[in-house]
Parts: sequence; structure tokens; C-alpha cells
Amino acid sequence: MKSAVVQLPGLNRDRDMIAALTKISGHKPVTVWQTETEIPDVDLIVIPGGFSYGDYLRCGAIAARMPVMQAIKAKADQGVKVLGVCNGFQILLEAGLLPGALMRNASLKFVCREVKLEIVNADTAFTRAYSKGQVIRSPVAHHDGNYFADAETLKAIESNGQVVFRYAEGTNPNGSINDIAGVMNAKGNVLGMMPHPENLIEAAHGGSDGRGIFASALAVIAA
Amino acid sequence: MIKARVTVTLKNGVLDPQGKAIEGALGALGFDGIGQVRQGKVFDLQIETADKAKAEADLKAMCEKLLANTVIENYTISLA
Repeated sequence: MKSAVVQLPGLNRDRDMIAALTKISGHKPVTVWQTETEIPDVDLIVIPGGFSYGDYLRCGAIAARMPVMQAIKAKADQGVKVLGVCNGFQILLEAGLLPGALMRNASLKFVCREVKLEIVNADTAFTRAYSKGQVIRSPVAHHDGNYFADAETLKAIESNGQVVFRYAEGTNPNGSINDIAGVMNAKGNVLGMMPHPENLIEAAHGGSDGRGIFASALAVIAA
Repeated sequence: MIKARVTVTLKNGVLDPQGKAIEGALGALGFDGIGQVRQGKVFDLQIETADKAKAEADLKAMCEKLLANTVIENYTISLA
């Protein structure tokens, strides 16, 4: 399976993401720059974390309006898998590819720590390496990860199985409504999450809990 | 040239942690009786046109497309 990593000014987790994808799939991902209007033929497009455009206006707001996002939207419409991590999640929300919004952490503090994540939906292209209800460890590092959706949207995503990850065991680091840590679109091919699974994929990281997300999305494991 | 001011505020019901912190700080300074503080953003724009109707339509589009995130924010437009 081929993958692509989007690079934008201010994103700084792209190298970690490239390393994770390379190690897990055995193939180096192609990189896509902000001005590109065509995305190569890949199975998975990843928007990594960071601070695109300095987080000006709102996190992810400027990035979501760059030409490359139109190309990503077109690919997502065709069914190509898209994963947004941290700032990538913020960008997908601002671009309207996912429902809801991310706001300033309820504590107003930047949080950089490890949290517990419950796999709420293991029947997705991104989580089939896990089992439903399984709790994994994952690092988080963000200032604006407080997920919000209006009551109607919340009801819809909860009942459609679009809530994929929840902060577990009281580790919600940002005040997210319903402890939501990751959501996907109705079609199930676009996932956004605040935690950084790419930073927990091998023994040198102190664990490999995050590996399953990439192994699932890249179909490294059997379905 | 038309001067315009766009004000973006959080919708009712959306938690505003920054507004809450400011509310707390005002209380700490001795300002009593503050019911609520909500923080917003102000954009001052200069538009090179004399056509007020067009400016207003353009500003609305700017708000919808970029200046506000209508999932969580409302906006108002006023022309000078």
C-alpha cells in the first residue's frame, strides 16, 4: 500500500510520520507540498501535526483553504483513506471533511503527556488491528484539542459509530465533549485524531500501541 | 473605498475557556457583578469599491469561507 504525507509551512511532525509509515509499511511515503493540485495515486494520505501557518486565525484555518486541500477532498470523495493527526485533525475539520470543531483546551494550557485511548469503533479501516473497548496508550501534544460539536451532530456521530477514539480512564487532557479523541466521516475513509500514534510504534518509543492504526490503514495486517 | 468591521463571536452554548479565564481575572481585580465574559475577534477591512451592496455580499462570503468557523462562531458585518 502506498501512502503520501502532506507538507505545509509550520507542520513539524512530518518527519515522525514519514518514519512511522516507512517502518510499518516498508515503503517510504511520497510527500505532497501545499501548492500541489494533483495527489499521486496512493491508498492513504496523511496530514501530520504541527502549527501550519503559525496557527493564525484558527488552528488549521489557513491550511484548509490551500490548493492541496481541494486535491485531498477530491481523493477523499473517491474513497482514498485520509488520516489527520493533531494539526492534521484541525485542518480536516476546518476543511469540512469531518464534523465538529476543535477549540482551546479547557485548561487553557498546552498539554504534552501520555493519555489512554479507548478504541470505541474497531470496525474501521484505521482500527481493525484493535478490538472494541481495548485501551491503548498514546502521546498527546496540543493547545487546541477541545473537541466540540452541536447536540444534533454529536448525536449523529455517536449513533453512526463515527466516534473512533475516546480518552479513557479519566485522561481527557483538553475538555473534549464526550471525551472524544478521534472522529471519522460517515463514509469511514477520513479519520481525524488529536493524539500522536506515530510517536508510539516501536520499542525505542517505549511501546508500540500506535502501530495498529497504520498497520490497519496500510493493510499490513490481514483484514 | 469602503471601511468595514467584521466581528466574530462564539455561538451561545459553546464553552469559551478564554472568556472564563478573563472573567476570573476581572473578579480577582475587584470588578464585582460580572455575569459573563465572552471573547471574540474583530477584523477591520478596507475594500476598494464604492458599491456598498457588493462589499456587503463579498464580506458575507469572506466570513462564510474564512473569517468565521460557522460550526462554533457567529459573525456580524458593519460598514463605516
